[in-house]
Amino acid sequence: MATAQPLPYRRVYVWEFPVRLFHWVNATGIFLLIITGFLIGNPQVLFRSNEAYQQYWFGWVRFTHFASAYIVFFNFLFRVYWGFVGNQFARWSSFFPVNKEQFLDMWETVRIDILQLKLKGKISIGHNYLASLTYIGLFILFLFEVFSGFALYSSMSGSFIPKLFTWMVPLMGGDANVRIWHHMVMWAFVLFTIIHVYLTFYHDYVEGRGDMSSMLGGWKFEKDKDLNR
Amino acid sequence: MEKNVPSIWKAMEAKGYSRREFMYFCGVAVAAAGIQSSAFGQVVEAFEKKARPPVVWLHFQECTCCSESFIRSSHPIVADIIFDTLSLDYTETLQAASGAQAEKCLQDTMKNNKGKYILLVEGSVPMLNGGSCCTIGGRSALEILKEAAADAAAVIAWGSCASHGCIQAAKPNPTGATPIHELVNRPVINVPGCPPIAEVMTGVVTHVLLYGKIPELDSQGRPKEFYSRRVHDTCYRRPYYDAGLFVESWDDDAARKGYCLYKMGCRGPVTYNACSVTKWNGNLSYPIQSGHGCIGCSEAEFWDNGPFYQHLSSFPGFGIESTADTIGATAAGVTVGAVALHAISSNIRKRKIIQGNMEESVSPNKPDHEIVEEVPENGGDQS
Ligand code: SF4
Repeated sequence: MATAQPLPYRRVYVWEFPVRLFHWVNATGIFLLIITGFLIGNPQVLFRSNEAYQQYWFGWVRFTHFASAYIVFFNFLFRVYWGFVGNQFARWSSFFPVNKEQFLDMWETVRIDILQLKLKGKISIGHNYLASLTYIGLFILFLFEVFSGFALYSSMSGSFIPKLFTWMVPLMGGDANVRIWHHMVMWAFVLFTIIHVYLTFYHDYVEGRGDMSSMLGGWKFEKDKDLNR
Repeated sequence: MEKNVPSIWKAMEAKGYSRREFMYFCGVAVAAAGIQSSAFGQVVEAFEKKARPPVVWLHFQECTCCSESFIRSSHPIVADIIFDTLSLDYTETLQAASGAQAEKCLQDTMKNNKGKYILLVEGSVPMLNGGSCCTIGGRSALEILKEAAADAAAVIAWGSCASHGCIQAAKPNPTGATPIHELVNRPVINVPGCPPIAEVMTGVVTHVLLYGKIPELDSQGRPKEFYSRRVHDTCYRRPYYDAGLFVESWDDDAARKGYCLYKMGCRGPVTYNACSVTKWNGNLSYPIQSGHGCIGCSEAEFWDNGPFYQHLSSFPGFGIESTADTIGATAAGVTVGAVALHAISSNIRKRKIIQGNMEESVSPNKPDHEIVEEVPENGGDQS
């Protein structure tokens, strides 16, 4: 059935620049942290014939890990702030499902996108509530990684920031245990990245609203009727 | 039991030490406790005037390696603190008295020196089965500890047993072995290690002796003077670590060259102790210097932290061979599989939408009216 008029699409500026900046700094930082973290956990012997005074590569790997950790942490604090002043898609209120409607929205997402029992339904312009809840979970794990990482780092640093987290160590029964958990929880970020990147492709592919590019330019493309204005 | 306890200087004098030897002893004590030399005068004065404190050394669930370490302190004169100058009134291993006599000796010391004696505890206390796994003179370890700790001037927990429970507390902890600081209601100086370094032990005792109070402790109750740095931070193999030069098997060339033992399971990076500074056996060597990785004996739960020769230990609750990486990699594999299935399923289940999108696409050369309307709202709902 053909219509006479083109479908009215609108551009919506969803992700503000600070949100996009946070996202990419975070993504780069976590990527570096995972790579360097793996190397610290299981260093590879690269240059066997060199003498110790000729190289410092493992030192640089660790430096990268610690520097990225600081950046990612302050970046996160910035995002917490932006959750109070940003647009409606960036606000903390868009992260927590509070009323029944929002829980139903979450269930809808499970049925439509995860189990694919239903073909299509209401469009969420920013995050859907299932995604938001995943991010909340991820933020908690992120904080665990920060706390445990700084607790491990505190013995090699004179700064007060890592010292704030030394209480983690006796709580978890020594550095060795903190380290194991720090390593284990890192895997959650690997799993998250796989699913996150895939789902973005999926949404872009199935819905064609510019999900992928929205994290670069900030724009999403919505049918006029989905904007419920 | 004499009530009028002489000072350390008086006791030394009575034993025939010269003033010169006394001054030397003070010097060694200052060095052992890590006190700055400007405080030397104070130390001499303290040792001249203060009554030498009696010491009660209790042994519970332990192997006596702490005592063995202590009596091998490299400065004979520092060992003398205990054997000559301190009055070691009760210690099962070394005392002459036995049986009822020994128990009386303990009671007398505690009664006559209320609030003055230093309590040294070696070993953990069993809490299961009414404490029946360790009794002395018919009384449970807990009972003896509570009584002795109540009136002590300071309580020092010797070694990993008394500080963390050590091997007795390793899973499944059949006797309910419990560290001292969880049982007494007062600050305890933890001096962990299996055993602790002799010089560290004498250093801690000297500090208590000199100042009459406990040294500055970290969050785990360990004296900061000796436990604030990791073995790794002062390890002489550290340059190899930073350069990324590692031993990969016990007989490779890197092992001969003395490279870092990190990949061989060295626990130096997670172990707080003074080994690489103070060293052992009179400053002779320490485990890493003799080619073996640190096993982290001064850390809590070190027996349960996985094999000593494996860097990333097995993950609790997942069976013996599952390290964090095997679990993580399996989970990642499953996730990738699920994602692939989802992608296939999406192409089948959402075919209509995807086709609809294709048809919706406008061609730059054709007029708008060829656009096909979208799939109706419930068009594909098969639920
Ligand atoms: S041998 Fe052990 S303590 Fe020494 S640098 Fe290597 S990992 Fe650290």
